[in-house]
Parts: sequence; structure tokens; C-alpha cells
Amino acid sequence: MLQIHGWQIRLPSNLTRFVLLALLSVSLMLLDARGHHLERIRAGLTVLFAPIQLVAAIPIRVGGWMVDFVRGDQALQEEVEKLRTEQPLLMAKLQRYDALEAENAHLRELLGTSALVAEKAVAAELLEVASEPFRRTLVIAKGEKDGLYVGQPVIDAYGIRGQVSEVGVLQSKVILITDPGHAIPVQVNRNGLRAIAFGTGAPDSVSIRYLTASADIKVGDLLVSSGIGGTFPFGYPVAKVTKIVNNPNESFLDITATPVAQLSNNREVLLIWPTKAALTLPAPKPAEDKKPAAAKKPVAKHPPEVKKPAETAAPKPAPTPAVSTPQPVVTPPPAEPASKPAAVPSP
Amino acid sequence: MSMNTVTRSRLIIAGTFLVALVLTILPWPVWTEQFRPNWVALVLIYWCMAIPGRIGVGSGWTAGIILDVLYGSTLGENALALSLIAFLTVHFHLQLRMFPRWQQAAVVLLLVAADNLLLLWIKHLSGQAPATWGYLTPSIVSMIIWPWLFVILRDIRRHGNVS
Repeated sequence: MLQIHGWQIRLPSNLTRFVLLALLSVSLMLLDARGHHLERIRAGLTVLFAPIQLVAAIPIRVGGWMVDFVRGDQALQEEVEKLRTEQPLLMAKLQRYDALEAENAHLRELLGTSALVAEKAVAAELLEVASEPFRRTLVIAKGEKDGLYVGQPVIDAYGIRGQVSEVGVLQSKVILITDPGHAIPVQVNRNGLRAIAFGTGAPDSVSIRYLTASADIKVGDLLVSSGIGGTFPFGYPVAKVTKIVNNPNESFLDITATPVAQLSNNREVLLIWPTKAALTLPAPKPAEDKKPAAAKKPVAKHPPEVKKPAETAAPKPAPTPAVSTPQPVVTPPPAEPASKPAAVPSP
Repeated sequence: MSMNTVTRSRLIIAGTFLVALVLTILPWPVWTEQFRPNWVALVLIYWCMAIPGRIGVGSGWTAGIILDVLYGSTLGENALALSLIAFLTVHFHLQLRMFPRWQQAAVVLLLVAADNLLLLWIKHLSGQAPATWGYLTPSIVSMIIWPWLFVILRDIRRHGNVS
């Protein structure tokens, strides 16, 4: 009982409160998951509780400084030396890349398609915060004012790490390719065979589903992003196939691949702003016209995070189906790309 | 109870919840993740048991919303799970207080497991469920640390005159 100015007010019972709040929670969940109606509220709350994240990130930060301090000059010198030897090698490789890029642009000009323009990339610092158990997410210290958008590809020096799933004012959330709610369209670098890599929640593996036993895929194959779906640009390394199990009782192969990006131990990630040309590059292949739609579907319906960018960033996944010659591309799926129609059956 | 003590005990309670939240998102190596206890749920259970008149379903719900925001999970899922825990604990707080410590820990196991299963179920509905049994180990770890956490929180409560 609560007494205010002689009025007696009965507080709601424990059960009533629980039922009311449970209903409120369910409606919040529906609003959030089905329609993304709570973006603004969530963004506001994220700013409000950001200090908790900052505090949680302190131990690792301090640990990092301590390590640097203890390692001292000797180690730093060694590191500088190592970087100095690596640098010319990378530069040499880059020279060839420039030539290839020029050649590619020239060829594309001949074909009458738009040239592949270098994309803008920005490094973002990670905030060392644990993700929800069994989900794979990161928090980065970049937000709205840096021009981030939901669905933006996130990479590191080795390959694709994931995509931005939530943009806040000062910090954003990145969903990794290993998250159980993530899927990324890929193709085998060797022969252009298309597939989808699903995250499972395991920290260092993705699973390639919906490939039949006749598919031409081997252990050790490199999977690169196929550009279908319009979220990730074409040609970035995603994962290496590590295990293929062919169980005759199942209709599809059970394929496990290990992401090539260093998903767990980096301090920085790279955000890229892919150009329209990069996103729509590999789609036109007359023999496989129906596939882009089929490949897009699971990505679009699976996680709510992936859904939006796929819709907004790629209005038309197959713009120029007129070309009938094999397409020149940056990272070569060499010269026989119109292969394997068994690539991606829709589930 | 003067206004000052009320504010003070509020601050103490909020402080324990804050520490629990920080512990929850403190980064550990990935393999330890399935052994990470549900700190917030444990602290909530303690306060619901000790002072059910002040900490109850509403507090659980608020803590859950904060957890949802920090995790970036669907808004409301942890809120629902924690208000369920709070409701059950407040409902049975008299029995729980009488239980010997190990029996309390067993109840904590059940409560935290209910929390985890509810979350797993909600994630399953939205297609983001992990393919692992690891989802149940946190409740066992929570049970193991309960007796210690209980003693710590009780000392904090007595020391700070929270009632």
C-alpha cells in the first residue's frame, strides 16, 4: 500500500508486474526484429551506456600498454626491422597490381562496362568488449559522423571480417562472418563455383551449405566474395576450405572453411566504401542469370542485420546480361567462369 | 530511514549491478565464453531474495534492457528473461532464504538455466541460434560461484546497511 495525501494506492502485485513487463518485452522484440522501428531509441540508449563499455575495455588497453612497456626498445626495433623488410616486398607486389588494374580497366573499357575504381578505406579501432555469448560481434570506435552505414563491409589485411550491423553516434557494431546470423555469398577462386558461407557461432569456422556432391570443391580452395547480394565487393578473400564431408544420407555436402581474416586478434579493422562498379561487377553471366536472385535470398532473409543492406545497396544485381564472353576480373577465376550450374540451389 | 541512507543503499545496489554488467562484457579469450557465469542474473537473484520489496521484476527488466543494449541483441530478450528470474525469485524468496547454501545453489542453477533456455529459444525464433550445447554450461558455472558471490553480496549489504 502506498499512501499519498490520504489516498491509498495499491501497488500492482508481483505477478501483474511480471505479466505487464513480459508483454512489453515481447512487443519490443517484435518491433525491433520485424520492423527495425527502434533504431533511434537503441542509438540513444547505446550512447547512454557507452561508459560501461569503456570501463570494460580498460583492462585490455592497460594490458597492451604494459606489454609494450615491458617489451621495450629491443622488441620494437625488431618489429621495425621486420616491417622494413616486408615493405619493399609489398610495394613490389603492388606495382604488379597497378599494372593489372590498368589492364583490367582497359579491358573493361573495350567491353563497354564501367571501370573498377579503387574504393575508399578507413581504419577503425576496436573497442575491446566481449560479445554476447555465442554471437560474433565487434564494437568499433567509429560512428555516424564518419559516414558509416549499415551493411558496410569490414575487412582486415587478410580478408573479409564482416559487416557493420548497427551504427551509433560514436561507436558501431560489426557482425562477423562467423556469427550464427550471418551469411555471405562466395565463390571458389579456382573455378568460380558459387556458394554461401554461413556463420555458425564457432570462433574460427564458417559452413558452406547447399553444395551437392558433384560440386567441384576441394580442401584448400580459397573462397572469395562473389559480389552477389550487393553488400560485399567482388574478389576479397573470405575463407579457406578445411574439411569436406560427404554423407550419402544428406542431400548436400558438409563443408567447413576457416576464415582467412584474423577474426580474433587485431586491434584495428578496415572499413571500406565499395563503389557501385565493384558491387555489381561479377553479376552478369548470361548462363547463370537466375542465380543472383537465388543466392541473395538466404542472405536477405536470414539475419535482420543483413537484410537491410542487401535491399538498399543492390537494387539491380544483374545489370548487363548482354556480355557473352568470359569476363575479365581483378582476382582471376581463370578464363572459364561460366561453369558449374549446380552452384547455389535455393534452400 | 533517512533520505541519505535511502540514496546510499540505492547507489550500492546500482553499483553491484554496474560491476556485474562490466564483468559481463569484459573481454576474455573466446574459449572461456561458455564458462562465463551470468553475472547480472546472479546479482539480481541475490537482491530479489534479500530485499524483494525494493528489487523485483522492474529492476530485472531494466537491467535486461541495459544488457540488450550493450550486447546489441534484440531489444527485450534479456529483459524478458531477467524479469522472469526476478519474478520467480521474489515469489519464492522466503523459501530460498531458508534453504541451505548448496540447495540455494541448485535453485540458482535452475533459474539461470531457465534464463539461458529462454534466450536460446528467442534466438531460435529469429534464426540466430548457435549450433552448440555450450549454452547450458554458464548455468553450471553460475551455480558453482553462487555460494561465494552470496557471501560477498551479503557482506556488502550488511556493511552498507542496505535493507
